[in-house]
Amino acid sequence: MRLLYAFIAGGLFGAGLFVSGMTDTAKVQGWLDVFGDWDPTLAFVMGGAIIPMAIAWRLVPGRKPLVGGIFPEPQEPKVSRNLVLGSTMFGAGWGLAGLCPGPAIASLSYGGVWHWVFAAAMLAGMALAPMLRVTLDRTVPAE
Amino acid sequence: MEQDWIWGLVGGLLIGTGGAVYLLANGRIMGASGIIGGLVDGSGRSTASERLVFLAGVFLLPILLYPLYGHVDTHVSTNPVVIIAAGLLVGAGTRLANGCTSGHGVCGISRFSLRGIVATVFYILAGGLTVVFFRHLLGVI
Repeated sequence: MRLLYAFIAGGLFGAGLFVSGMTDTAKVQGWLDVFGDWDPTLAFVMGGAIIPMAIAWRLVPGRKPLVGGIFPEPQEPKVSRNLVLGSTMFGAGWGLAGLCPGPAIASLSYGGVWHWVFAAAMLAGMALAPMLRVTLDRTVPAE
Repeated sequence: MEQDWIWGLVGGLLIGTGGAVYLLANGRIMGASGIIGGLVDGSGRSTASERLVFLAGVFLLPILLYPLYGHVDTHVSTNPVVIIAAGLLVGAGTRLANGCTSGHGVCGISRFSLRGIVATVFYILAGGLTVVFFRHLLGVI
């Protein structure tokens, strides 16, 4: 059942990214570009996605996941160097290409060769991340 | 187009419902970068099949919907330097920050997570400044 639910969740995610237009890099960059012809779509996508998720979080306390196990504990509310630096790097890449990890996968079947090049570079970046963590810890000690 | 925001809202509700299913059924946070990254660096080896099946859903549903649209232009850059640099930054950055738009943005903000909110502020600011700089000042994107 775990795999069936995972497929349904992924399918809903992929379908949502597709119909919302979030695999169109022009719409994402259009939202980020406050000095251009501003496109508000992304705000509606974010808002729309947060509603069912907020309801889901309210159902969590006192229950267990359907397949068993436990729900993820809230993380310690600590803003770390890696959180800020990583999010800034991610934002820069997101602005450059107009793609983030979810839409990068959802658009592979129809986006053409440059979406595959982006995905390959993204996987390479993910593979390099553990090394980057170690290097950062060595050269810029976290406070 | 005028209707884009309606489809944005519909798509957003679908995305959030996917996240709700992944949370309530499997007890997992639906973060695309974490699901992919765990397969890349080996940290998610014990849950690899769940991750792969989730990603198969993300990849396959647009194939089923595509014929209804006929053609979808993603307006992606064809500049190899831009695309490769962007991919590397997105991959390394999301793993360093432990989350992206879905994990920190959708799943984090909806539980009022401080880390999710801070991450979202930083990636939106960085994204906005990047677009302004590379589009309006340099004209390369």
